[in-house]
Amino acid sequence: MLLRLIRKRREMFTGYLFVLPWIIGFLLFMAYPIYFSLNMSFNRVLITSEGINTTFVAWDNFKYAFLSDPQYVEELVVFIQQVVFIIPIVVIFSMLVALLINQPIRFKGLFRGIFFLPVVITSGEVVKELFSQGATSIPIVERYGIVQFLEANFSSTWSEPIITVIQQLIIILWYSGVQILIFLAGLQKVNSQIYEAASIDGASPWEIFWKITLPSIKPFILVNIVYTTVDLFTNALNGVIGLIKEHMFKLNTGFGYATALAWIYFAIIFVILLLVVLIFSRNEDYNPRKAGR
Amino acid sequence: MKQGIASIMRAAKAADKKTFENGWNKSKKFLLGRQGNDGIVFKLVVYALLISIGFVYLYPIFYMISQSLKSLQDLLDPTVLWLPKSLHLDNYIRAWHVLDFPRAFGASLLNSVLPAIAQTVSCALVGYGFARFRFPGKNVMLALILLTFIIPVQVVMIPLFLLFQQYGLLGSPLPFIVPALFAGGIKSALFILIYLQFFKTVPKALEESAQIDGAGAFKTFFRIILPISVPAIVVVFLFSLVWHWNETYTTSLYLGESMRTLPLKLQSFDLAYSQTYSSSNVGMDAVNINESIKLAGTMLIILPLLTLYLFAQRWFVEVIDKTGITGE
Repeated sequence: MLLRLIRKRREMFTGYLFVLPWIIGFLLFMAYPIYFSLNMSFNRVLITSEGINTTFVAWDNFKYAFLSDPQYVEELVVFIQQVVFIIPIVVIFSMLVALLINQPIRFKGLFRGIFFLPVVITSGEVVKELFSQGATSIPIVERYGIVQFLEANFSSTWSEPIITVIQQLIIILWYSGVQILIFLAGLQKVNSQIYEAASIDGASPWEIFWKITLPSIKPFILVNIVYTTVDLFTNALNGVIGLIKEHMFKLNTGFGYATALAWIYFAIIFVILLLVVLIFSRNEDYNPRKAGR
Repeated sequence: MKQGIASIMRAAKAADKKTFENGWNKSKKFLLGRQGNDGIVFKLVVYALLISIGFVYLYPIFYMISQSLKSLQDLLDPTVLWLPKSLHLDNYIRAWHVLDFPRAFGASLLNSVLPAIAQTVSCALVGYGFARFRFPGKNVMLALILLTFIIPVQVVMIPLFLLFQQYGLLGSPLPFIVPALFAGGIKSALFILIYLQFFKTVPKALEESAQIDGAGAFKTFFRIILPISVPAIVVVFLFSLVWHWNETYTTSLYLGESMRTLPLKLQSFDLAYSQTYSSSNVGMDAVNINESIKLAGTMLIILPLLTLYLFAQRWFVEVIDKTGITGE
């Protein structure tokens, strides 16, 4: 009894020792800055040569963001509209590619190599350069007048985000490298006996996909939606983040206002992620992966 | 009588249908395959899709290579689409000078290799701690790790900047190395999770036998666990290296003017170009900046990564789908 207690204590202690670097790092480089910036968001901050000048303004920064700032809400709405389109594109596309690569095909290594390549080179600056040189849109799309069609048939609030999505299609697809990896990992964990059993019972590939493959990679769809959302929201190229950065060094609004914007932004990400998780974990129905074990 | 004829007719029809079905099945087996995914049509569709998606994926890179090798004449000539009339390497020479390549490359190396090493080691320790030991507060900590993953850097950037300024770390790679040593920094949450997932797949019997032989937890970790975790280590190191290499947002803030990494140099490429090839040396060098030169610069920046990827690609790809980046 005593021995077991001692062993438990020791396990606890070693566990803490291993995790200790993270605890220190979190307190120093995360918790303290978070506290600091939360504090700042309720202040008017002026960074002068003598130091930092703060005056408490309560919720003024947040009020200003929603009621008076000419750009913030607009940028936010445009960005969220784009995200609504991009997430399904990335998730469906990466699932498709993962399914294709998972087939028994030749040159598997080559194809995988191609699809993971963008993970290595998609950096803010390089992508920006490619954008501005027009290397990122598929020429066929422009040629067949899809853009004009959309412009003519939809109101500009919805056609604009769709058009930007189309024009950035390659880059959007480039952002699905990690997601393809996640889906591949998921697909390879599905028990192959289930597939055999299904095809012996005469199920068509179509049925197998909907009834076996899709339900068993469902958790990975959730992981991917979350990952894509976080990736898009923390990407330095989007307009909202640009705006936040801009305000940081503006004299009349300053750092306090910028942090307030960042916190509103974070709250929105958090709510969206929460919604996604809630929707996806609501019906925990039949899961062949677990049944197969 | 009438009924008899009708029944014969019916039988004949059924027989007809049967022979038809037989033939259909045979050709179907050939075209579509028995299992649904080994027929010729299916294979063709798969390859066609893979090749066309692959082309779309590589399009920007092909475009970049082709454009960066064009001379001004080729660039303006609408008949020259993909293959330049002559390989114009001058673009690369100019871009090399403008980027101040050797120095910027050194800065990039310092700011990506060192933090990557620190992150690889520290996240492994932390991941192992979470994967193997039970202690109070573990779930809260895991939740906090997930939280750090979704908090935008912008929220903590300025406080960190002031903190680093206070301790005089700015202008050196230290603002990246120090947090990395403490399992923080760029996307460290993801790395901790990768390790955690990987260490969970390592059989416990290995550690138990080491412990019976009298090895402590840390000795077991460094002698037994780390050597068999090479796949996870390689993946984390590569990801960390690549993400640090590509980072411009925080590097520009923390490094300031004292150190310019390659992507930062690209940011100010236009200005640097006009300074390097300004009116002072009119004559041969008076070529205005054009797309080709800028794309050559871009190419130079991703070239080190492409080379690395070429060698590490096998690991990158094989390893992740074996260990699984995520669990259930």
